[in-house]
Amino acid sequence: MTSASAVEFERVSRVYGSVRAVDGVSLSIPDGEFFSLLGPSGSGKTTCLRLIAGFEQPDGGCIRIHGEVASGLPPYRRDVNTVFQDYALFPHMDVLRNVEYGLMVKGVGKAERRARAEEALASVALADLAGRRPSQLSGGQRQRIALARAIVNRPKVLLLDEPLGALDLKLREQMQGELKSLQKRLGITFVFVTHDQGEALSMSDRVAVFNRGRIEQVASPQTLYNRPETVFVADFVGSANIFDAAGAERLIGRRQAFSVRPENIALNRELPGGHAVEGRVLDVLFHGASSRLDIAVGDGEPVSVTLSNSVLHAGGMPAPGDAVRLSWPESAVVPLRD
Amino acid sequence: MSANALYLKTPLRRLSDVLYRHPRALLAVLLGPPLLWFLVVYLGSLLALLWQGFYSFDDFSMTVRPDLTLVNYAHIFAPANWEIIVRTVAMAAAVTLASALIAFPIAYYMAVYAGKAEKGLFYIGVMLPMWASYIVKAYSWTVILAKGGLVYWVAGKLGLVPLLEALLALPYVGGSTLSTSHLGRFLVFTYIWLPFMILPIQAAIERVPQSLMQASQDLGAGPLAGFRHVLLPLAFPGVVAGSIFTFSLTLGDYIIPTLVGPSGLFIGNFVYVQQGAAGNIPLAAAFTVVPIALIAAYLAAARRLGAFDAL
Repeated sequence: MTSASAVEFERVSRVYGSVRAVDGVSLSIPDGEFFSLLGPSGSGKTTCLRLIAGFEQPDGGCIRIHGEVASGLPPYRRDVNTVFQDYALFPHMDVLRNVEYGLMVKGVGKAERRARAEEALASVALADLAGRRPSQLSGGQRQRIALARAIVNRPKVLLLDEPLGALDLKLREQMQGELKSLQKRLGITFVFVTHDQGEALSMSDRVAVFNRGRIEQVASPQTLYNRPETVFVADFVGSANIFDAAGAERLIGRRQAFSVRPENIALNRELPGGHAVEGRVLDVLFHGASSRLDIAVGDGEPVSVTLSNSVLHAGGMPAPGDAVRLSWPESAVVPLRD
Repeated sequence: MSANALYLKTPLRRLSDVLYRHPRALLAVLLGPPLLWFLVVYLGSLLALLWQGFYSFDDFSMTVRPDLTLVNYAHIFAPANWEIIVRTVAMAAAVTLASALIAFPIAYYMAVYAGKAEKGLFYIGVMLPMWASYIVKAYSWTVILAKGGLVYWVAGKLGLVPLLEALLALPYVGGSTLSTSHLGRFLVFTYIWLPFMILPIQAAIERVPQSLMQASQDLGAGPLAGFRHVLLPLAFPGVVAGSIFTFSLTLGDYIIPTLVGPSGLFIGNFVYVQQGAAGNIPLAAAFTVVPIALIAAYLAAARRLGAFDAL
């Protein structure tokens, strides 16, 4: 039986006592995709990853990996490998033996496993560290070794559990690029768990947004950002001005919750066919490339507006206390459901 | 204007300020007395004992003379004495091996699966036997193992007496009854020292992150391979720590060999006899070197095998 899906969830549930950690999740990850599971802590994304790896078994539903039913299979009989959040390198083995481990337990011959381990180390640019112990490595190096130890097995699916969470910002951004290009080179499916929406948006082909054990939306990063479907997604992915049904009726004359991104609101400019509202600037927060203005509209409802600080954008920045006119085009209005 | 109370100098505060500014002085004050106690009472007396092993013993007058000699240490290798050492070491090794085999699964369950309350129960269960008097426990085993005792009674009810008798007929294991057999002595030793093996192994397993076992499984290793390549190497320092207890405690014990098992001295009994009835303290002192040397050799071997690589 062949299937285009690398991983398939069919109404999968995982229950701990009275908590439904994963609540009837269905999703399908095509082969070769960089797929992210995004959500706050406790939203069920890591449990989903552990269900794919086999560390958890579903209480309901069915999981398929490349068409084979995986439910009930132990982790060591699944063709997937995991990069753990804490890297989980074996402290009593040097780097080479760590990377060789998967091949060693599968009985691959010494010469071949040495060659493949060295190749995997080279692909993460750490070939010269083969003789070191994990305790002698920096966080970034450990992260790459964990990656090498997983990909040396040439799994069909690579699972990454917040692998960049412990790295500092610069290193994290560098690793994001490297992971993305590694995934393209290897052509295997990456399932990437993160709570960092920026990370998910910049690396993924598609993103599933988790909230309370359920999937809110599965979409490409662009769609997720520009066309969020639910209040939760609009709020969690990027920043947004979200108005409930009552606010929507006052502002745009329709009774449905909607959101407007702060960068899509113009100040003191007429947009034909758009929506407009008067407000007063409460605060201006300087962010470098842009500034964020906190503005009170109507009966004190807060609205955020982002203005570029580029010299290319002429025109002064309003000061706290200034009265301003906010306007946005109809295309900036994103209707939301709860 | 009155000074801030925070800056008032009292004699005690002056002292504590001085100690705060000179951490080495603080260390000396805190560590000095215990260290002195340890050096004098433990190492000092041990060295004095070993030194006495070089003294001479006059067999006729039964007195100790401070004339230095190697005769006592040479006595260790006399065939009759060597037999005592082999007998004791064989028992200590068997007890250690059995304790490790029994302790590991219990320790693993305690460290990995037991919940908080359950773990507390296990701790109490493991340590409860240690609260009772060692002599009482050893004596009660003589009753349990005696002919007409509990073990024989149960074996009789189950029709296992022939099996028990066949077991007791084996060389190096048996004896005339269970309570006068090597097997009986081995059972009592294992019973008495097992808790000293469980606790260090449990502590060692607890220090192994669960993610390492998961990583092993994730990389394709089944339970046996994971145990062999990851859990056992990482928990082995705990096994070694426990085995130092079971091994050295068995090596030095002289009560259980007196109460349970066949005739024939253990190292502890020999030391007891020499320093008590015979009054030959130099020979007794020389014999105490044997367990020390054995443990040192054991640790060196364990180190060579990489038992401490994970530390």
